[in-house]
Amino acid sequence: MKKRKGNPRSETLKVKIVTYTLLFAAAVVALFPFYLMFVSSTLSTGDILKIPPTLSIGSNLLVNLENLKDKINIGRVVFNSVFISVVYTFLTLVINSLAGYALAKFHFKGRNLIFALIMGTMMIPAQVLYIPQFTMMTSIGWANTFKAVIIPSLANAFGIFLMRQNMISFPTALIESARIDGFNEFSIFFRIVLPNMKPALGALGIYNFMTQWGSFMWPLIILSTNDMYTLPVALASLDGLMYKDYGMMMLGASISTIPVIVMFLSFQKQFISGLMGGAIKE
Amino acid sequence: MKKLWNKLKVNPKSAPYYFLIPVIVIFGVFMIYPIVKSLMLSFYSFEAGDYHFVGLQNYLNLMKDPVFKKSLFNTLVYLVVQVPVMVFLALMLAYLTDQAFVKVKAVFRISLFLPAVTCLVAYSLVFKLLLNNEYGLVNYILNFFGIDGVNWLGGSISSKISIMIAITWRWTGYNMIIMLAGLQTIPHELYEAADIDGANRMQKLLRVTLPNMKPIILFAAITSTIGTLQLFDEPYILTEGGPDGATITVAQYLYNTGFRYIKFGYAAAISYVLVIIIAVLSYLQFKLGETDS
Repeated sequence: MKKRKGNPRSETLKVKIVTYTLLFAAAVVALFPFYLMFVSSTLSTGDILKIPPTLSIGSNLLVNLENLKDKINIGRVVFNSVFISVVYTFLTLVINSLAGYALAKFHFKGRNLIFALIMGTMMIPAQVLYIPQFTMMTSIGWANTFKAVIIPSLANAFGIFLMRQNMISFPTALIESARIDGFNEFSIFFRIVLPNMKPALGALGIYNFMTQWGSFMWPLIILSTNDMYTLPVALASLDGLMYKDYGMMMLGASISTIPVIVMFLSFQKQFISGLMGGAIKE
Repeated sequence: MKKLWNKLKVNPKSAPYYFLIPVIVIFGVFMIYPIVKSLMLSFYSFEAGDYHFVGLQNYLNLMKDPVFKKSLFNTLVYLVVQVPVMVFLALMLAYLTDQAFVKVKAVFRISLFLPAVTCLVAYSLVFKLLLNNEYGLVNYILNFFGIDGVNWLGGSISSKISIMIAITWRWTGYNMIIMLAGLQTIPHELYEAADIDGANRMQKLLRVTLPNMKPIILFAAITSTIGTLQLFDEPYILTEGGPDGATITVAQYLYNTGFRYIKFGYAAAISYVLVIIIAVLSYLQFKLGETDS
């Protein structure tokens, strides 16, 4: 990040005040719903739906947790979400960086066409695919399985693009000398190229994890029993109940939000710069 | 036999094809095949477990279908109102957090980006609570200032506004980061030259920053357009498409048709209308971006 030199005296006080006010207001708007969610998860629904609304921490957290356990098998649901997201993230990183590497570092027949086709898939709305995918999954017996959630979206144009952009600048000389040293093509990729791609892999990995973690429509379609539900699907099922227990729902929402926030805050630097790299290169 | 073996061996020539196999197989099976299948399905009706060829009947029915028209109208309202507002907000916030004098830039950026990491269902539930007609905090604050509360999730216009507020909250920070990336690619020399010419802050913004940001703004506009056209989670949770279809989106109608009423052919036709709209709008936005520069 380049620092822009400006004449400090030319920054009038008015500009500063307006800028800070706007930024501060925007930050409050962005953060307040999180605060409300966390606080409400410790309150009883009666306290939440009071006038004036309660905005301080209450003592109903354990009761909400009991109620949540009563309605959904929260341990199992969290496990499902973690399992699906972790396996998805790992596999998608491997196959998309393999493809990105092929497109960045090799010259071969059809390369530009393949790259153009891959980028073209970005324009296809996923919803077009759901009905044929659903009938396909049903006919091969994959309905209501984790595979059906994980596999269809493993190949991902954004991931391929991001990895390709990051690998273009990888020194070809290193690859050449590894070949001379007798490394085969796969070990060159896994032992020489990939370890140098940690920042990009980290950013893309977090992005993929979050996407899968929050994914809703496809799991809603393909998962049909409570024990297979992911967090978003289970949360939505709580909302469908006749009596809406907001304390319990906000606890569920918090449980689904905290892991991604922690993950994001721990890696925000790599994540944001990785995402920015993807947006600007080319 | 030996020749074939040699051809299949992983060498620098054949390696890229091997590396691309997983991606090509998955795209082929789970994207290309469904796209073709969807197109075919859209010419069939699926009733009582049987497919019947009906030609263009599904598409003709769609044109007369009041719910479909409503969902298309709602989706376009979201698109036309929400995307420009959000792109403007994202650009403004990116510009503000990029000002040299602003301290704790990272804190502002992280706070503003945080909504983009939350799962859509969770945040929709929070907004459902915030916008609750009787007990929601938003109406409480309005009442506090002597303004009548709004039936946020129950009115045909107010419910659309609620959906748009929610999406804007979720996605502005994400677009801000993309805009920031664009701001940082503008060569520093351009600003120095403008300084030498005596340009003030506004002139620099209009003459240097904005023209150079055009490709990025276009990128954000296109990705947001595609996202909005596929909108599903928020209306599903916040309003369930109601009241009386006032917030239903094309994606939601597709879900209802395909997976509630099990009309696969009809749903496939809806999905193809979506494809055509996305293709046309993206093309127009690209053209618009080209002719200006």
